[in-house]
Amino acid sequence: MATRTIAGKEVQVNDEGFMTDPAEWNKEIAVEIAAEEGLAELTESQWKVIDFCRAASADLNGKSPTLRQITTGTGVTTKELFSLFPKGPAKKVARIAGLGKPEGCV
Amino acid sequence: MKQLLVLGAGTAGTMVVNRMRRLLDAEEWMITIVDPHEIHYYQPGFLFIPFGMYSRNDVVKPKRDFIPIGVEMIKAEADVIEPEQNRVKLTNGRTLSYDFLVIATGTQTRPEETPGLMESEWQRSIFDFYTVDGAVALAKHLRTWQGGRLVLNVVENPIKCPVAPLEFIMLADWFFHERGIRDEVELIYATPLPGAFTKPVASRYLGEILERKNIKVIPEFLIERAEPDDKKIVHYDESEVEYDLLVTVPLNMGDDLIARSGLGDELNYVPADKHTLLSKAHDNIFVLGDAAAIPTSKAGSVAHYAVDCWSENFLRYIDGLELLPTFDGHANCFIESGFDKGLLIDFNYDVEPLPGHFPLPGVGPFSLLQESEMNHWGKMMFRWIYWNTLLKGKELPLPARMSMSGKRSG
Ligand SMILES: Cc1cc2nc3c(=O)[nH]c(=O)nc-3n(C[C@H](O)[C@H](O)[C@H](O)COP(=O)(O)OP(=O)(O)OC[C@H]3O[C@@H](n4cnc5c(N)ncnc54)[C@H](O)[C@@H]3O)c2cc1C
Repeated sequence: MATRTIAGKEVQVNDEGFMTDPAEWNKEIAVEIAAEEGLAELTESQWKVIDFCRAASADLNGKSPTLRQITTGTGVTTKELFSLFPKGPAKKVARIAGLGKPEGCV
Repeated sequence: MKQLLVLGAGTAGTMVVNRMRRLLDAEEWMITIVDPHEIHYYQPGFLFIPFGMYSRNDVVKPKRDFIPIGVEMIKAEADVIEPEQNRVKLTNGRTLSYDFLVIATGTQTRPEETPGLMESEWQRSIFDFYTVDGAVALAKHLRTWQGGRLVLNVVENPIKCPVAPLEFIMLADWFFHERGIRDEVELIYATPLPGAFTKPVASRYLGEILERKNIKVIPEFLIERAEPDDKKIVHYDESEVEYDLLVTVPLNMGDDLIARSGLGDELNYVPADKHTLLSKAHDNIFVLGDAAAIPTSKAGSVAHYAVDCWSENFLRYIDGLELLPTFDGHANCFIESGFDKGLLIDFNYDVEPLPGHFPLPGVGPFSLLQESEMNHWGKMMFRWIYWNTLLKGKELPLPARMSMSGKRSG
């Protein structure tokens, strides 16, 4: 398992760059990862989704919520999610929120 | 008398009542099963209908034939479960009380949830094969189809039998080859997954097989809508895939009974303990088969292994002992790959599908993650086993829990 420094803090990441310990996360880290993902500034709507995913993950044994869980839980439509976090919102939010990669399905 | 009530007489519910009628004392326990439909479908057989290998007759039998003497069968739909009162209201007005409830209402396809699918072109240039009517309509269409671009699209996961789309597209390759028009047909598999399958090693093996068969995978495709007049499907990010023939695996959801009863998640699946299948909310409700929100495949083989583990556990539970965490998520799926060949995958919650042999190390007779004729015959034999052994709740000569012997890592 590798570590890297994000926003001045050393955190653990897996080989795909997802943080592996949600407790190491903070808002500055979110801002920096978002910038890497091409999102220069995080808006209120984007924070709403990020905060929801952090909270949902705590109820899901640390797993990232699926796209449908996000839309059901926040009331944000899938279409809006794709404009807030272009190209793969579930994965992108998970990365920014310091959660694991959303598992596909079984 | 105590009452065991089972909702849904599909694969899981039928196995449960057969097993339990043998194991529970008839002087002490009443067993009742409720289902609005009279026909039991062998759903794995739907896959073969579009290619003329099976007909409707091959996949239907009366549900009654599989319900043992001593089990009351009620032909009705469950309307709402009232867990606080330990009772279920039926849509016909009747109310049934229970001591223990088994929810086995499965999952269904919802094409109406994706705009464009069920409009003017439904069963003209847009088909499904997850229902018997869809599969029969598609068979008729394929008999005279002259070729073009066939796009298979999975709307959203989870779906029951997650390997069925792969099997469909590989059988399509074989079918058009046999008809001498394979060169006229472009085969495309547009999936929301990042690759051919859900788990990495299997995804790599299967991805390579698809490539050899000249089947193109479009990964991470999330359909927002179909535009039936322009014959294209549109992603949420506005990218498009054009088709001449669209085969959809629509959104899968649990029955609305679950939503009406306030027992489900966002897809109407009932949260349950993944090792004991006990509902997370109620200690006298169990969830078996596709209806459960647990992280394993929604498949008949999984339901079979789960019922195996559950039935022993249930006997402990009614004696006042605690439930043991016995179910390991074991799934075992034949994957038909065309040209009389097939693959087999065997996995559970912790171990992804790996290459090797099954069930005997080095011997098989089935090979894991490799195409072989033996695997094809395994798949074809499965129908006989399903009707004659599985549904009747008989033991199969295979362990319910997954074994690592015979498997190689990646
Ligand atoms: C195309 C296809 C291919 C497949 N291939 C395979 C395969 O190769 N191998 C494999 O293992 N599995 C396969 N499966 C999956 C397998 O068929 C299912 O996983 C299995 O049937 C699940 O059993 P179940 O009892 O949970 O649900 P079902 O068998 O679907 O039964 C659910 C039952 O509940 C009843 N019901 C629903 N709502 C209510 C209500 N409100 N009140 C009362 N009753 C209700 C329904 O009428 C139905 O009879 C395939 C499925 C499909 C569609």
